Amino acid sequence: MPGFGLSLGVALLWLGLIVLLPLSALAARPWTLGLQGVLDSLADPRVLAALRLSFLSALAAAAVNVPIGLLLAWVMVRENFPGRRWLDAAIDLPFALPTAVAGLALTALYAPNGWLGAPLAAVGLKVAYTPLGIGVAMLFVGLPFVVRSVEPVLRDLPREAEEAAATLGADGVQTWWRVILPALLPALLAGFAMAFARAVGEYGSVIFIAGNRPMVSEIAPLLIVVRLEQFDYAGASAVGLAMLVLAFIILLALNLLQRRNRG
Amino acid sequence: MRRLRDGNHFLRLSVLLVAIALACVILLLPLAAVFTEALRRGIPVALQALADPDAWAAIQLTLLVAAIAVPVNTVGGIAAAWCIAKFEFPGRRFLLALIELPFSVSPVISGLVWVLLFGAHGWFGEWLQERNIQIIFALPGLVLATIFVTFPFVARTLVPLMQEQGRGAEEAAATLGASGWQIFRRVTLPDIRWALLSGILLCNARAMGEFGAVSVVSGHIRGETNTMPLHVEILYNEYQFVAAFAVAALLALLALVTLGAKALLERHGSSRASLL
Repeated sequence: MPGFGLSLGVALLWLGLIVLLPLSALAARPWTLGLQGVLDSLADPRVLAALRLSFLSALAAAAVNVPIGLLLAWVMVRENFPGRRWLDAAIDLPFALPTAVAGLALTALYAPNGWLGAPLAAVGLKVAYTPLGIGVAMLFVGLPFVVRSVEPVLRDLPREAEEAAATLGADGVQTWWRVILPALLPALLAGFAMAFARAVGEYGSVIFIAGNRPMVSEIAPLLIVVRLEQFDYAGASAVGLAMLVLAFIILLALNLLQRRNRG
Repeated sequence: MRRLRDGNHFLRLSVLLVAIALACVILLLPLAAVFTEALRRGIPVALQALADPDAWAAIQLTLLVAAIAVPVNTVGGIAAAWCIAKFEFPGRRFLLALIELPFSVSPVISGLVWVLLFGAHGWFGEWLQERNIQIIFALPGLVLATIFVTFPFVARTLVPLMQEQGRGAEEAAATLGASGWQIFRRVTLPDIRWALLSGILLCNARAMGEFGAVSVVSGHIRGETNTMPLHVEILYNEYQFVAAFAVAALLALLALVTLGAKALLERHGSSRASLL
C-alpha cells in the first residue's frame, strides 16, 4: 500500500517545525543563565508564590470537579429526563467557549454586584479578584474532562454487578463504595489528571477574575507574560520550563496510580 | 430495565435535580451573563460596538488567521493520521503522544516558544531583523501560535476512526491499480469525511477563540494585530463593558454554532468527536 513515506514525511516535518523546534527553544533558553542563575530565578519569592498558587488551585479545582463530574455523568447515563441531550451539549460548553469570553462571563457573575457575587458577598464570601475566583475559573474549564472521562466507563458498567450486590444484601452506600466507585476509579483519576493539566496552564479565563496581585493572586502563566514584557526571555522560559516539568511529574504520578488501580 | 426499588424514587429525583441545578449554575449562567451584559443597553448599541472599525479589523484578522492555520493543521493532521493508523512502524505510539503534546502545554507557553525563536532576542531574531522580516507582533506570529495550539485536533479525531476501519479497502484499491492519491480521494476520504469535518470544526473554533498564545505574540496593536479575543480584553480594560461583552457574545455565538454543528455531525457519522 502506497503513501507511507509521503505521509510520514509530511507528519514529521509538520511536527518538527511546529512543535519540536519551538519546544526545544524553551528547553534550551533558561540555561543561558547557568544552573545557578536558573535556580536563583526560580527561588524568587514571587515565582514560588505564583507556582504554588497555580498548582494548588489547579489540584483543588480538579478535586472538586471529580464529584461534580461524576454526578453529571451519572444522571446522563442512568436517568432519562427531558433535556438530557441539552445537558449533554452544555457539558462541552467550556471546551467550545473561548477562554477570554469565559473569563469575562465569570467575572461578571462573581463580581460583588454580580448575580452570584452579590448573594455570596452578603454572606461574607468574596470570589472575584481573590484566589477563590481563580479556583472558580479552573473549575469551569476542567469540568468536561471529568464528565467525558467517566461517562463511557459508566455506560459499560454492568448493571448486574449492582443488582448482585443488592441481592446479597448490600445497601446503597455499600454498593457505591464496594462496587461502583472501584470500577470508576481509573476513569475518575484520568479525568482528574486531565482537568488538572488544563487548569494549571489556564490563562484567559483566569486573568480576568483573578485580580492579579503579585504574591496573592498572580498565576504562573501571567508571571511568564510579565517577565516577557520586561524582555527577560530566560526568566520567562525558566518559569515555563518549571511549570512543564512539575506538571509532567504530577501527571506521571497520577498515571502510575491509575495503572495500579486498574491492575 | 429499571429495576430500582420504589423507595429510591425520591432519592433519584433529588440527585437529578441537584445535577441539573449544578449544570445550570456552572455551565449556563456564565453564558447567560455574556448575552445579558452585551444587550444591557439594547441590541442597536451592541451592534454598533461590532461595527466599530477596530472591532471589524479584529474580526477580519481572526478570520484570516483561522483561514491559514486550519488548512495547515488539516493537511498535517491527515498525513499523521494516515501513517499512524494505516501502517505499523516502531515509534508509532510515541509519534501520537508527541502530536498530542500541545494540548498539555499552557497557552502562554505556546506563545512564548515562538518569541524565543523569532523575537528580537530570539534564536533567529537578529537574522530576521537584518532582513527586515517581522514575525512576532505581526501576522506570522499570530498564525504560528494558533497552529501550535490547534495542532492535535484533526489528527486525534481521525486516528481512532481510521484505525478501526483498518486498511482492507485501501489494499483492495491498490491491488486494482489505483494510485495513492486515487485511493485517498475515492476510498479513504468518503469513509472519514464526517470525522474530518468534526476535527476541522473543533480546530477552527479553537483557532478563532484562542487567547493566551496569541496574546503573547500579538503586541496588541489596535486595528493591526488584535484578534477578536484580544480586542475583548482591550475593551474590557478600557471599561467599555458593553462593547467588550458584545464582541464576547459574538464569540460565544461561534461556540454555540460549533457545538450545534458537532452534534449534527455526530448523528451523521458513528464516531463521537472528542473536544478533549
